[in-house]
Amino acid sequence: MGFFKDHLRPVFVMPNIKTVPRLPVFSLFALLIGIFAFSAICTAQAPATGESVTDVVIADTKVEAEATLDSGNTAWMITATALVLFMTLPGLALFYGGLVQSKNVLSVLMHCFTIACLMSIVWVVCGYSLALTEGSNEWIGGKEQFFLAALTEDGLNGDFPESVWIMFQMTFAIITPGLIVGAFVERMKFVPMMVFSVLWLLLVYVPVCYWVWGGGWLAEKGVIDFAGGIVVHATAGAAALVLAKMLGPRDGYPKRLQPPHSPGMVMTGAAMLWVGWFGFNAGSAAAANGDAGMAMLVTHISAAAASLTWMFVEWSKTGKPGLVGIVTGMVAGLATITPASGNVGPMGALVIGILAGFVCYFMCGIIKEKLGIDDSLDVFAVHGVGGIMGTLLVSFLGNRLGGQGINLDSSMEQFKVQATGVLASVALSVVATVIIVKILEAVCGGIRASEEDIVNGLDQSHHGEKGYYNL
Amino acid sequence: MKLIYAIIKPFKLEDVKEALSEIGIEGMTVSEVKGFGRQKGHTEIYRGSEYTVDFLPKVKIEIVIPDDLVSKAVTTISESAKTGKIGDGKVFVLPVDDAVRIRTAEHGDEAL
Repeated sequence: MGFFKDHLRPVFVMPNIKTVPRLPVFSLFALLIGIFAFSAICTAQAPATGESVTDVVIADTKVEAEATLDSGNTAWMITATALVLFMTLPGLALFYGGLVQSKNVLSVLMHCFTIACLMSIVWVVCGYSLALTEGSNEWIGGKEQFFLAALTEDGLNGDFPESVWIMFQMTFAIITPGLIVGAFVERMKFVPMMVFSVLWLLLVYVPVCYWVWGGGWLAEKGVIDFAGGIVVHATAGAAALVLAKMLGPRDGYPKRLQPPHSPGMVMTGAAMLWVGWFGFNAGSAAAANGDAGMAMLVTHISAAAASLTWMFVEWSKTGKPGLVGIVTGMVAGLATITPASGNVGPMGALVIGILAGFVCYFMCGIIKEKLGIDDSLDVFAVHGVGGIMGTLLVSFLGNRLGGQGINLDSSMEQFKVQATGVLASVALSVVATVIIVKILEAVCGGIRASEEDIVNGLDQSHHGEKGYYNL
Repeated sequence: MKLIYAIIKPFKLEDVKEALSEIGIEGMTVSEVKGFGRQKGHTEIYRGSEYTVDFLPKVKIEIVIPDDLVSKAVTTISESAKTGKIGDGKVFVLPVDDAVRIRTAEHGDEAL
């Protein structure tokens, strides 16, 4: 290996403005400017009411500005924020990166990185405000925090800084569109990918976040979604399936596919996801306490159980236990426990993990072979189905096997609310995805990269870079 | 002089190199290649999707030697690379018009 080192002389090259795809990039900038402008206009029109701007709403608890800061909770939430960002950068990036062909590895890393940056901006401009501050109705939040105008250094969300809450929630807003990347790898155009992510965040993630966590109509009904089975996994999974179908399959699908170019990279990313998920689920307790501890414990048990279940199923079906398989089982277990991690006990988590390993394994085959949809990295089969399953299962496992209880009086009542939440969020995600893709196809002249770009690999054709030299 | 190039199983490279060294052939060029003959590829399965891998990794050894060493070299390579199982590889012998040592500009057999 490494016989012929390319000699690269740094040469200053004048950027050729002609190579920039004008209309799509223009549309991206127009979109971002539009979001800025819209938010600015809304902010300017907000009348001064004299209300304390540090009042914030978390679920159904309103906290006065006189609440004091708990440094233990603050320290944990800051840490959890870092852990969840770590899940995207580089956890998810490496997990997805290793699964694609080597000629596309950089494009996947680029998708995750770019999405992280873009969602961060959109979140502070208007996303946070619309998702998590009190609105005038039960469908969408308010505009007081557009541009984080009402944020002060000492402002609190409960007993830890609002700045930390904004950041913690931002990392969720980052990873959710990041999950969708798995559906469109190796063939989606870069600018439409960016525009899609921004629009999807605003049209799907933000509303559903408000419905479930911002005090919206699902929260009022008593829905249980501790860390994002509905808000993150179900919505992303549904969008992934629709987008994969509309975009068309990978080159060579289904008979001439290439195996993952770096199963080692996949496992590395998956391991980062496992560790980071402690921030995702235990951080959703919003406190350094027993709830967080239990959430971490059940999260871990589900991951381990699902990993082993998948490994054994794969072993029996293919004759060998694989690395890519076992880590995929892990992801399935983690996605499934996510909505239930605040309510189930350790044995409930064991049940969830085992079910996740089984069901998601077979769902991969069903989506790819029976439905013939190239959701390339199985986002719907693993995250979507996992998130939905966990959301429904919490109705029955939250009040059994050592669980901490459910919100409503009976499992069936809870199940109806959970199902309502799932259906409504998935429906929104599906409809919005279809609309966004249709718009993008018109404005950007199609969202699928050209055949030539796909064959040469997006690393070279879209990003002008090579993942590995001498290969 | 002749060019001998052999396609062998990768793990046999050390054995072939040592065997050639014992008969006085010290220099060679080695590259990593992929290929198949009658040895079939294999199937890998990831997440329920089957991937057929036809091309198998092999190693190509190239040596240019005087005519009088050719038959000994071919036998040496064949014996040291052999496992008896399918996919052991092949040896080819081609004529060479000339060879030049770049440092000294020697030609012909002196350059080998």
